[in-house]
Amino acid sequence: MNRKFSATIKLLPLLALLLSSLAFAQVELRITWYNDGNEGEVLRDLLDRFEADNPDIKVVVDTVPYSSGILETLPVQLAAGEGPDIARVTDLGGLSKFYLDMQPLVSDPDYWESNFGSFLNWLRPEGSSAIPGFMTQLTVTGPFINKTLFDQAGIAVPEGDTTWEEWAAVTRQVAEATGTPFAMAMDRSGHRVAGPAISQGALFFDDDGNPIVTDEGFRRMMQLMADWHADGTMIPDTWLASGGGYAGANAEFNNGQIVFYMSGSWQIGQFTAQIGDTFDWVAVPNPCGPAACTGMPGGAALVAIAETEHPEEVVRVMEYLSSEEVLAEFYGRTLFIPGHLGLAAKGIDFDTDQRLASDALSAFSSQVPKLDPLSFKLQGYVFNRVVFNVARDRLTQAMVGEIDLDEAIERMQVDIEEQIAEASQ
Amino acid sequence: MSTVTKFLTRTRGRRRLHVTDVLTYAYLLFGVLLMFGPVVWLALSSFKTQAALVEFPPSFLPFSQQTAPVEGFDKPLPLYDVTMEDGSVVRLAQVRRIGLEAQLVDPAAPGEIIKVHADQRQEVRSIQFAWRNYTEPLEQFNFLTYLRNSVVVTVTATLITLIINSMAAFALSKYEFKGRNTIFIIIISTLMIPISVILVPVFLVIAKIGWVNNLWGVIIPGAATPTGVFLLRQYMLTLPDELLASARIDGASEWRIYWQIVLPLAAPALAVLAIFSVMWRWNDFLWPLIVLSRTELFTLQVGLNAFQGELQIQWHFVLAMTVLTLLPITFVFAFLQRYITTGIATTGIK
Amino acid sequence: MSKPGPVGERAKSTPLLSRLFSGLFSLVMNTLGLILEPLQNRIGVQRMAYIFLLPNLLIFGIFVLFPMALNFYYAFTTGTALFPQDRTFSGAQNYQLLFDCDNFLDPNSCNEDRFWRAVFNTFTFVIFQVGGMVLFSLVTALVLNRKIRARGFFRSVYFYPVLLSPVVVALLWKWILQRDGVLNALLVALGGERIVFLLDARWAMFWAIFITIWAHMGFYTLILLAGLQAIPKELYDAGSIDGAGDWQAFRNITMPLLMPSMLVVLVLGLIRAVQTFDEVFVLTGGGPGTATQLIVQYIYTTGFASQIQRFGLAASASVVLGIALLIFTLIQLRLGRSSEAV
Repeated sequence: MNRKFSATIKLLPLLALLLSSLAFAQVELRITWYNDGNEGEVLRDLLDRFEADNPDIKVVVDTVPYSSGILETLPVQLAAGEGPDIARVTDLGGLSKFYLDMQPLVSDPDYWESNFGSFLNWLRPEGSSAIPGFMTQLTVTGPFINKTLFDQAGIAVPEGDTTWEEWAAVTRQVAEATGTPFAMAMDRSGHRVAGPAISQGALFFDDDGNPIVTDEGFRRMMQLMADWHADGTMIPDTWLASGGGYAGANAEFNNGQIVFYMSGSWQIGQFTAQIGDTFDWVAVPNPCGPAACTGMPGGAALVAIAETEHPEEVVRVMEYLSSEEVLAEFYGRTLFIPGHLGLAAKGIDFDTDQRLASDALSAFSSQVPKLDPLSFKLQGYVFNRVVFNVARDRLTQAMVGEIDLDEAIERMQVDIEEQIAEASQ
Repeated sequence: MSTVTKFLTRTRGRRRLHVTDVLTYAYLLFGVLLMFGPVVWLALSSFKTQAALVEFPPSFLPFSQQTAPVEGFDKPLPLYDVTMEDGSVVRLAQVRRIGLEAQLVDPAAPGEIIKVHADQRQEVRSIQFAWRNYTEPLEQFNFLTYLRNSVVVTVTATLITLIINSMAAFALSKYEFKGRNTIFIIIISTLMIPISVILVPVFLVIAKIGWVNNLWGVIIPGAATPTGVFLLRQYMLTLPDELLASARIDGASEWRIYWQIVLPLAAPALAVLAIFSVMWRWNDFLWPLIVLSRTELFTLQVGLNAFQGELQIQWHFVLAMTVLTLLPITFVFAFLQRYITTGIATTGIK
Repeated sequence: MSKPGPVGERAKSTPLLSRLFSGLFSLVMNTLGLILEPLQNRIGVQRMAYIFLLPNLLIFGIFVLFPMALNFYYAFTTGTALFPQDRTFSGAQNYQLLFDCDNFLDPNSCNEDRFWRAVFNTFTFVIFQVGGMVLFSLVTALVLNRKIRARGFFRSVYFYPVLLSPVVVALLWKWILQRDGVLNALLVALGGERIVFLLDARWAMFWAIFITIWAHMGFYTLILLAGLQAIPKELYDAGSIDGAGDWQAFRNITMPLLMPSMLVVLVLGLIRAVQTFDEVFVLTGGGPGTATQLIVQYIYTTGFASQIQRFGLAASASVVLGIALLIFTLIQLRLGRSSEAV
């Protein structure tokens, strides 16, 4: 025993030497990442396998909180040249000047073009053919309903093309019949309102391609939102009781206090965990307006950063993570809607035994082709977050009565123009 | 009226329990409830499952639904007390629920499916601590590394703050020199500018120095606290100048006077500053987040906040991790509370 | 050094660790003395003051004053570039934007209406927050000053929330105040109606003020308690011989002698109140609408937390805030000087 021990001791320096020489040859890459659910764990799993096959690369995942980490801090770090090698971002177009163009480095550019084609445009500066990254998930906005409440009320769930007004009417009936406090809820987010606004005929861009919110269609949606909040159709907590930024109505929906919740595909995992079997939650198609029946696409992308000192290794990691097989597993285990056209066509084998979850996933997947082209254009617009956030904040002010709706819309337009002017200095 | 005035002016209570004493204890007990209650509530909530967290009305203790393994099913099934047609109550395991109809089985005889209306069921609940809220994040993240970084930052920064602030305060309180008042006023006026207002310029300085992703970048910028200089200077002003004079006559150097005479005498004020510094550094979130982007350098506040996603906040983890960051400072406080509170009291900042 | 307690005195009575610590401390200090003592011989006693100031001023200059100057420069530029040399000079344009108002009392008539809303909200917040804080700290200090059992315990109880980070304080209360929160559960259990507290502008402001008082009053209570305990008891005895009533004793003895401590509480409380950001931001996000948006939040969101980070506009708002605070401080210093006669 003792001898063994001393032998080990003697071997230690050798071992250390071996390890350090290994470490020396190793390139360390950093991914700045955030989590909505279990995707961080899945990513780590996948990277562990990559590292086993590629001992010369070590990938470290730095997980940060989303809003203060990814939205606020990362742009400043990137601008100061202190960014990571790879990052998961949602301000897809806004950060495009920091992305690495992997086009000349990837072994099969056609794979990227054909599978991530339309999404690559979201990441590129206008008119470029760069390959900066791929979508870790595609999200689609759309409503969920508490179907059990419909059953209890004995009211049939509307089918086929149903307008927003019709949904509001029927969910009010259900709420009344079942004693549910609120008929509807919508996430506090300009992105969530944008889909319905397009359905109402909002243009979002004028003839010169500049953002515009003073048109008839956009106003119609703003008016609906204001009315629904004024008459108690929509739960006021989400929009009114939160300033700042995004707010969801998960807690209230999960507690069965809302009949209809306009949110999006990313809720599925959370609903599965929190609602479980308490009631039937079902994803329904986006309601219609005079112009369309659309939601908004969205999502997060994993992008390579131009400042990296190891572009080749970065590309190797990105090629691995974006490969069909790896992505299929990633989407399947995270319950994300695929942002990979090939996989979307084939269908993902989602890792859930919950009937409600798999139904909702296929419902959302089938929404993707039905999205209005304008929704894709808006999602790909560099300053879309400016439009979304300004609309969200000014609309809230109108709802609480600080300003009237006309003034709110006027100020939206001014705010948007001022901010974009500042950005183009 | 006279009771009220008694209450206000009383410096010492009487031996018998006076009505003002009753009021006093009522006030104090209410205080305990108000000051500790929310924290206790947080701690209890952190042991609830995701589903139990969003329940209304919330239960005081972490209750969740009981499950039981049933033959023929892979996963344990949730248990319900079901009121049958004849009014009897039976404990059954639910297989599935479709719309308003629930399908259950008797765990003892899993063969037969019993169909009932969903309203007839009542969940069987028991107290279950969701340790998962703690264990899962801890497995995923390197808690000890975060803890070490937090301790390193807190201790080093506090030591540096104490030393440089007390040196500056010593100079400002015990010497006559040109520009003394100007320097003091400049320092004091920045007391009023919140750091969140100059985040970006400070970050630029850090980037130029090359301290991004370096713990020094977190430690140093906040070390020269105006509060500390102010507090220590005010305290040192009260120390008699004769002490210094006689030490000088004995041939002590200025440096020696500083560390052997003034520092020990200023101990109460130093203690107060130490507490504040520890508190500030331990709780600091935004600045470390901006300077540090690497996991191995994260402090607790940064590392354990990773559960705030774009579209959802994983409350069960957030609450548990909040409790975890509270624990060390609570323990330190529990042990040192006497020094801390009397320290502040005896400084009596003038 | 990090632990309270005079180094010299404790060393005798305390165990090894403490002695080791003070030994180490003396070693370091003596070593530094080897450099500083010859220096003193060269430059003289009085100039040593600069040496003592140096480290603090160096760090202060590099990490506080210089960034402030940079910020001041930012205020005259526009664009989203980070480095000063890349920014476009725009003169007083940012200030013009901020002060573009038809009527300064009506935020709706201003171009940057949110800035002015924030200014007015901050006024309301500061007045009530500081007022409430002083009142509750005073009452608590008076209560703790009575002859009570377990005073140490109760003192700590009130102090405990001071240790919590602003984010935790806000999360804690947000959790309690929400629609499905425990406070509403209590209300319902007592037969009341649920109130969505953060939905109403006045309630939201109330809770913003409440939680900040909750979190900080322990500290001010201790300062006042120390002030109370420093009042010689004989004064009250003398007062009662002269036949002064309790109320008169409070007015004529307690309050005047407590004034210096009150002034400290007032000044520190005001500074804190004007700077308030995290607590209210996490609790209400500035809502409903902009009802609880405070000035620091305006600066933070404009310059940092928007997609287009308007460093220039944010910087100019912070310069305005800085100037206002400076005037404010000078007035206070003047007031403090006259009342304390320092």
